Amino acid sequence: MSKTLLDKVWAAHAVRELPNGSTQLLIGTHLIHEVTSPQAFGMLKDLGLKVKFPNRTFATVDHIVPTDEREEPFSDGLADEMIKALRKNCEEAGVKFFDLPSGQQGIVHIVGPEQGITQPGTTIACGDSHTSTHGAFGAIAFGIGTSQVRDVLATQTMAIRKPKVRRINVDGKLAPGVYSKDVILHIIRKLGVNGGLGFAYEYGGSTFDAFTQEERMTVCNMSIEGGARVGYVNPDRTTYDYLKGRPYSPQGAAWDDAVVRWASFASDPDAIYDDTVNFRAEEIAPTVTWGINPGQAIFINENIPVPSDLPEKDRSTAEEALVHMKLQGGTPIKGTPVDVAFLGSCTNARLSDLAEVARYLKGRKVKSSVKAIVVPGSQGVAKLAEKMGLAEIFREAGFDWRGAGCSMCLGMNPDKLVGDQLCASSSNRNFKGRQGSPTGRTVLMSPLMVAAAAITGEIADAREVFNVN
Amino acid sequence: MALEKITQVTGRGVYVPGDDTDTDRIIPARFMKCVTFDGLGEYTYYDERRAEDGSDKEHPLNDPRFLGARFLLSGSNFGCGSSREHAPQALYRFGFHAVIAESFAEIFFGNSTTLGMPCAVMSGIDIRSVAALIEADPTALITLDLLEGKLTVADMDFPATLPEHAREALVSGKWDAIADLIEGLPDVDRVASGLAYFEGR
Repeated sequence: MSKTLLDKVWAAHAVRELPNGSTQLLIGTHLIHEVTSPQAFGMLKDLGLKVKFPNRTFATVDHIVPTDEREEPFSDGLADEMIKALRKNCEEAGVKFFDLPSGQQGIVHIVGPEQGITQPGTTIACGDSHTSTHGAFGAIAFGIGTSQVRDVLATQTMAIRKPKVRRINVDGKLAPGVYSKDVILHIIRKLGVNGGLGFAYEYGGSTFDAFTQEERMTVCNMSIEGGARVGYVNPDRTTYDYLKGRPYSPQGAAWDDAVVRWASFASDPDAIYDDTVNFRAEEIAPTVTWGINPGQAIFINENIPVPSDLPEKDRSTAEEALVHMKLQGGTPIKGTPVDVAFLGSCTNARLSDLAEVARYLKGRKVKSSVKAIVVPGSQGVAKLAEKMGLAEIFREAGFDWRGAGCSMCLGMNPDKLVGDQLCASSSNRNFKGRQGSPTGRTVLMSPLMVAAAAITGEIADAREVFNVN
Repeated sequence: MALEKITQVTGRGVYVPGDDTDTDRIIPARFMKCVTFDGLGEYTYYDERRAEDGSDKEHPLNDPRFLGARFLLSGSNFGCGSSREHAPQALYRFGFHAVIAESFAEIFFGNSTTLGMPCAVMSGIDIRSVAALIEADPTALITLDLLEGKLTVADMDFPATLPEHAREALVSGKWDAIADLIEGLPDVDRVASGLAYFEGR
């Protein structure tokens, strides 16, 4: 057979070849949110077109929602206009909207899996680059622009080129205190932020086999930070166990049929890849970024690089990064003072992320100089975390416990860095200005490392802070 | 939908050096609080161009010599990060009709093509040569010829290429795919009806 999952999903969804050689690809599941959809609905109206498959389109609101004062109207008039526009567009088109009062609202990439909408062997598009998250289920999922949101709304298809596939194997057992976030930061560091251009990343190997579904999501989420628009893991028992019983998962006899169908999409053992890269889990340590893109990362015990030691092509960006970050090459990153600790985002705001941190946080206190917030990825996550007593642990430790949304991952809601504050963040992007202040500084890391930074007031090794062993 | 056949772009250029220019940098997220793309042009590279008090910083796009440039030249992996179409929309509304870089992030590239804004790839050496030529004479006219696959400035030619599917779409006036996609709708129904999950199974 020799086919990859990408080959099979592509073949099942290819409508036809377009004159320029692109594929007209059927998008099985279209996820929309308030930022990149209003213009698309406007274009649709201008063209006199309707939503072709309203029942294959799902909406939520995440980027602009405040995480503290959530009563409408929002104090930010523009944000208020955006949520109302989405509400109206969904109502008119008959699209299911996981709205704020629904109890099911959240970050789009957390809601889809949580509801069982994200399924293996499907194609998923959303006007958001972190749509690659859904690849953790063996879906081909990718971010699109607003004109393509229009295309998918109108035709349930879009024009796209089939990517090549790079198999990334990670084998072995991660050391205690090392997480899936460290794995993906390490992969991006090694392959580069543009290493994945033109590729889909297929992640596998014994480390991925052992990962939970939520750990796989963290990795797939950041594929785009490595330049790969698509990242996926082949579906297996872990995937099916996660999906069983969720609201949109197949029920009864249809469930058994679905599992057989889903399994058939997995890459064949003799699948042919365009490229293969291998990593050992034991070689990966807790990883943090020191610069202004996610590839500028080091292990917590390494020194910040000196630009002149780097390959020539990386030097000018490294110099720019050190100026922006106010860091010194050749010195440890450990011990760098932290102003803000942000635990949230579509990368790391799932129940297992919060539970893992809470396990260690119990009885500890956030340093008084640090503003620490924890933002559950969805109302569903928040509800469970409250029920399990996790919220209380965070509150007692001095974290602000917030309502679900994208929050401080990007500066579109009231949660923003101020001035040149340095933020220890479980999010996915450390671009200049990403967290809402043009001079703000972001250091990406795993959730437990964020907690360690919150407690010590500096970039710290969580393994030491929490005696992880 | 008959669209303009984009075979050539002519105008002046401006060079904004640097690799891995992300779309947050091209248009910071806080300016995406909008329900239309109108007016995005003025926020292009906002935090690079303006100090926090709103005054101008030193930046090629603030340099009066390059005002009105139609070509934006930069480094590798241009347009990485967020999928926001707001980024190419802002560049286009700022006045750019073509972007030249060593490589482009995929989503940005697709978004730009759909707007009819060609993204052409040139070698770093050639980009820096063009940058030197326009620095010496900011009024120099640049022509990107998509049929010939070259960029011409000051009587000098440089190879400038696009992937064939994008080049073909632009030169044939089919850079907005919607008409083609609509034409395929009967096939869409056929393929969808063969997929169990479309029926909720």
